[in-house]
Amino acid sequence: MMFVPGNNPGMMADAHIYGPDSIMLDLEDSVTMAEKDAARLLVYNALKSIDYGNTEMVVRINPLNTPYGKKDVEAVVKAGVDVIRMPKTETAEEVRELEAEILKVETEIGRVGETKIMAAIESALGIVNAYAIATASGRMMGIALGAEDYSANLKTNRTPGGAELLLAREQIVVAARAAGIACFDTVYSNLDDMETFRKEVELIKTLGFDGKSIINPRQIEVVNSVFTPTEKEITKARAVVAAIKEAQAKGSGVISLNGKMVDRPVVLRAERTIALAVAAGVIDKEEVL
Amino acid sequence: MRNSKVVTLEEAIRRSGLKDGMTISFHHHFRGGDKVVNLVVDKLAQMGFKDLKLAASSLSDVHKPLIEHIKNGVITGISTSGLRGELADAISHGLLKEPVVFRSHGGRGSAIVGGELKIDVAFLGASASDELGNACGVPRSENAKSICGSLGYALPDARYAKHVVVITDDLVAYPNLPAGIRGADVESVVVVDSVGDSSKISAGAIRDSKNPRDILLAKQAAKVVINSGYFQDGFSIQTGTGGASLAVVKYIREEMLSRGIKASFALGGITAHIVKLHEEGLIGRLIDVQSFDKVAAESIAKDPSHVEVSSVEYASGEHLGSATHALDIVILSALEVDTQFNVNVLVGSDGIIRGAIGGHQDTAADSALSIIVCPLLRGRIPCVVPKVTTLITPGKSVDVVVTEYGVAVNPARPEITEKLRAAGLKLVDIKDLAAKATSIIGTPDPLPFGDKVVGVVMNRDGSVLDKIYNIK
Amino acid sequence: MVTIGPGEGLQVDLQSSVAAQFGRQIKAVITETLEGLGVTDAHVQAVDKGALDCTIRARVTAAAVRATGKDVWKD
Repeated sequence: MMFVPGNNPGMMADAHIYGPDSIMLDLEDSVTMAEKDAARLLVYNALKSIDYGNTEMVVRINPLNTPYGKKDVEAVVKAGVDVIRMPKTETAEEVRELEAEILKVETEIGRVGETKIMAAIESALGIVNAYAIATASGRMMGIALGAEDYSANLKTNRTPGGAELLLAREQIVVAARAAGIACFDTVYSNLDDMETFRKEVELIKTLGFDGKSIINPRQIEVVNSVFTPTEKEITKARAVVAAIKEAQAKGSGVISLNGKMVDRPVVLRAERTIALAVAAGVIDKEEVL
Repeated sequence: MRNSKVVTLEEAIRRSGLKDGMTISFHHHFRGGDKVVNLVVDKLAQMGFKDLKLAASSLSDVHKPLIEHIKNGVITGISTSGLRGELADAISHGLLKEPVVFRSHGGRGSAIVGGELKIDVAFLGASASDELGNACGVPRSENAKSICGSLGYALPDARYAKHVVVITDDLVAYPNLPAGIRGADVESVVVVDSVGDSSKISAGAIRDSKNPRDILLAKQAAKVVINSGYFQDGFSIQTGTGGASLAVVKYIREEMLSRGIKASFALGGITAHIVKLHEEGLIGRLIDVQSFDKVAAESIAKDPSHVEVSSVEYASGEHLGSATHALDIVILSALEVDTQFNVNVLVGSDGIIRGAIGGHQDTAADSALSIIVCPLLRGRIPCVVPKVTTLITPGKSVDVVVTEYGVAVNPARPEITEKLRAAGLKLVDIKDLAAKATSIIGTPDPLPFGDKVVGVVMNRDGSVLDKIYNIK
Repeated sequence: MVTIGPGEGLQVDLQSSVAAQFGRQIKAVITETLEGLGVTDAHVQAVDKGALDCTIRARVTAAAVRATGKDVWKD
């Protein structure tokens, strides 16, 4: 998920050429108060006229308790955004408030239920309430960590190893998995240190995250290379998938590969590997089906 | 010393027998830092010359003072590879009565050899010369004031002009050898304070980029090179000077290292990036008609396997021994490419001249694989268009076009299509790229051209390829 | 950059780096946007460096909202 400032029309126009899975146009932290109205109109018009292809479009709005939040919701829902990212989410109640605002606008334009919600959790209270937030609405598609505010809230600093974020990251993955939605890690802002960035991406992949937030197209390659399954992993996964098909064809409930029974977790992991490989473009969708 | 040819500029001009209506020539190895053209033409104006034809290998922003000399009738004709800045703007608006004649570097070399471009007096700047005119573009003493590296574009002038004046800012003891410009061809040597500002030889056209779009383009272009079938041990390559084509070198280098492949030579404008690969042992020889930056210029001064060649040896179409005929891969930029793969590198999409043919026509035509790297859009300016504003390089010599919205292969090269597709590259039809551009920016209105011809674009064989009209 | 001041009818002064090819379209977008907002009398000064139509629409709307004090979104 690539962050693009909502006041930068040039970047909004060509962000998708770098091939991020999703683009988050930002109306919150990257836009000064004096520019909020102008940025909202830029984002609205960009969403309405630019052909982003299959890229999932997310807009980070301002909190609803600011003078900008509700207008942001109106603008981006009317523009047909896929996902609204709610910043600084602390309680399930806040998600439900946002849901109500979205529904109001959707009803007005006759497009009910199309807008999904992603909640960014950026405080200790939010982490404590992570599962409640993740399950607060049927529109919830994911939760994400916002590490800058979170580490400030913990009264600590961000470090290269990320020890201060460990609990938050694990909590977010666990809450997301329990709720059956996606989870995304925070940004890494030092563009000149690709090595530390790569280590961080490897860490969060191991923790179970579905993706990483990025601030520059140059980071995409690292994320993709970490998340893209290796050829060996794909070969193994294909064998498992083939075994499933064979079992189905035989009408057998037991899947076996190389004479051994394949457990359910192995099946799930194989399916996820294939899904990641398809998402990364290393294998064709048609090939798998 | 006995027989010294050193005289003042005024005396050199008098001796040359220059008369109104004659042709004078210059090279552009100092690019944006050149001081020779302005110095000499100012002097010619002062001496009362009129109606001179200026045959430069190229002209740039720094030659703005020529506008006044054109207005005063000192200069009434120009031939060059390119024009930039205010001079280009004024000429596009009809400043000069006669059309400017644009030739590629190889085309200019051929025209000089063949006699279509007759030079009466050549004024050739050099970083070092002895009193007999043995001159070069690299420092030869501790007092050296400038460096431009190869003097490749000046060599045909030195050899074929009726009269040759070397202008230097460092007169060194005889013999200044080896030297590209040989004293035997030189009639006078003039010593001046400065022939050029070496810090500006890489100004203008050359940028090194962190721009993500340039990086994306470079990676795609590198994939094309690597999977084209020509990327084999002993291959040869030329790269241009755009941000993206410089970055390509970086990615090709990584692949050369990982596969253990080496190039036999690199050609053309030589850059610091190419010198680095050469010094690492990845490229055997550097054939240098023009040093694009200070690192390249310093390399040619000290490295015997980095050699200076004339524009004729570099890229002449008629001279079958020219290096372009041995070239495998060339990576080029473009202002516009059209759906017939024709390329324009000279006239902006506002109809104003803002570029140079350079070696574009030559290398695209002679190389085994020519790759054009350009963004689909520069702001609201489309680079893939239904028809180029001005035809510079015919589509039959262009093989692949790389944009941020996809790679298009000339249908005339189905074997390349096949190889790239097999390597997993997503290929697009060039017509779809043009349509994509239109869908984003709308259809541009036709340019307000007038009916006066301000420029003639020559093909390498001396035929006329296109005409440039004045813009209103 | 777009600024909007009082005027009679819609008067658009455009300075654009792509004026030759896109000036006509840009002026049309500015006029349409203002008419869509119900603005019929205004003097518009626009300086453009090759922006896409969607950006011009956004800039014009923002300038109009600031000039009229009437937002396009609900309060």
